[in-house]
Amino acid sequence: MFRNQYDTDVTTWSPTGRLFQVEYAMEAVKQGSAAIGLRSRSHVVLACVNKAQSELSSHQKKIFKVDDHIGVAIAGLTADGRVLSRYMRSEAINHSFTYESPLPVGRLVVHLADKAQVCTQRSWKRPYGVGLLVGGLDESGAHLYYNCPSGNYFEYQAFAIGSRSQAAKTYLERRFESFGDSSREDLIKDAILAVRETLQGETLKSSLCTVSVLGVGEPFHFLDQETIQKVIDTFEKVAEDEEVEAGDGEAAVAPAEEGGDGGAGAGDQDVAPMEM
Amino acid sequence: MTFTIPIDNGDSVKNAEADSQRTLYPYVTGTSIVAIKYKDGVLMASDMGGSYGSTLRYKNIERMKAIGKHSLLGASGEISDFQEILRYLDELVLNDNMWDDGNSLGPKEVHNYLTRVMYNRRNKFNPLWNTLVLGGVKKGESYLGMVSMIGVSFEDNHVATGFGNHLARPILRDEWHADLSFEEGVKLLEKCMRVLLYRDRSAINKLQIAKITEEGVTVSQPYSLKTFWEFQAFHNPTAGAQGSW
Repeated sequence: MFRNQYDTDVTTWSPTGRLFQVEYAMEAVKQGSAAIGLRSRSHVVLACVNKAQSELSSHQKKIFKVDDHIGVAIAGLTADGRVLSRYMRSEAINHSFTYESPLPVGRLVVHLADKAQVCTQRSWKRPYGVGLLVGGLDESGAHLYYNCPSGNYFEYQAFAIGSRSQAAKTYLERRFESFGDSSREDLIKDAILAVRETLQGETLKSSLCTVSVLGVGEPFHFLDQETIQKVIDTFEKVAEDEEVEAGDGEAAVAPAEEGGDGGAGAGDQDVAPMEM
Repeated sequence: MTFTIPIDNGDSVKNAEADSQRTLYPYVTGTSIVAIKYKDGVLMASDMGGSYGSTLRYKNIERMKAIGKHSLLGASGEISDFQEILRYLDELVLNDNMWDDGNSLGPKEVHNYLTRVMYNRRNKFNPLWNTLVLGGVKKGESYLGMVSMIGVSFEDNHVATGFGNHLARPILRDEWHADLSFEEGVKLLEKCMRVLLYRDRSAINKLQIAKITEEGVTVSQPYSLKTFWEFQAFHNPTAGAQGSW
């Protein structure tokens, strides 16, 4: 993406019909650390990579509970993400208060998208620099949506955003057709495996990722470290065993699955302090 | 019960907040509504009268209306306020339909929305002078609830408004049971409506019974109940009330 004379204002079109400021905002999403979402017919799992500014600080919170039946994972400018999460919580609770019924997630994402669109059409505003993976329930079951800074939203069976998300997406693309009927446990396992893809060789530990689940009859909640570690142990162990069996030279399960990364996403040293 | 506040706001030509903008007393009113849950959903009965004080002025008022796909609303009290509520609900249902996303407002949502409206109006000392009965079926679950003009709201297996509270409720408490058939339900409602006809001076002998099931709402054609006026007690009604006048 090159600097040009049409990219100063969000309300200036380029001759080729692009709004560069909006596209630059979507770049900010790509710089944030990865967030992953997948869904079955009855459950949605949101997972993300825990990133801390330095060894001294705690990691940024990237997954938020919006209501018992809706959760959101963000990537990009976390400050923008927090503001939008607060908006979502407010919409959900207002609906709940008036109708004593949970706000259908499909309607929430439309409100969110319309809010984002406003910022692409006012000269005194800027687009939100955050991508949101919204998972929730409505009358027709579990849904996963991606809201982007442009004001567009799409529904997904599974998706990943943020840096090195391409690796996760490749993993998910291979398996998404079976997610609809997946059990809750398999869905969680796939989410953690997808997170591992984005780590590019770093050993997966439960302290490196946050996983949340919601589903029919199961309110939104985070999985604790122990549970996550147990899931990790099931497939790390399998990998170890296979390595031992295969002997030297033959690729074990774990390294083989890390094939797909296209090298997208900046290295850690290029991430600006405000972006996570 | 009075909703007047002793504040002089001047004349309503110059001052928009003058008292004529607030409901102070009802003018054209409907009498009781009686409703019960039964096997397939909810049954509701009301007569078609609109009283103007003690005059039975209007005899063709439908006091029960379908709301959306899943609900039935019955109202007693001020008829014009009922019509206003129908306009609010029309807008609500329209917006819900415009989403066109497979989600729809069920009876629980409509009941709670109405509770909010009634309570907020009460807080502004400008009530909608109605007691509303909201029944419906969604996804096989029956729902029956009531909201009063001051925002008191609850759900039950059988409800009644106005005089029905005093005359119909005792009958329903004794004779209602779960899984009534349609015929049993209608008979039970007719029993209540007959008592109301004998004893409530604002009741008229022209009633409708509405049924709501998973399939939808049906409101019957108006009909009348057979009455018997030759009871011994009716011949000399004041026989037991000896007094000096």
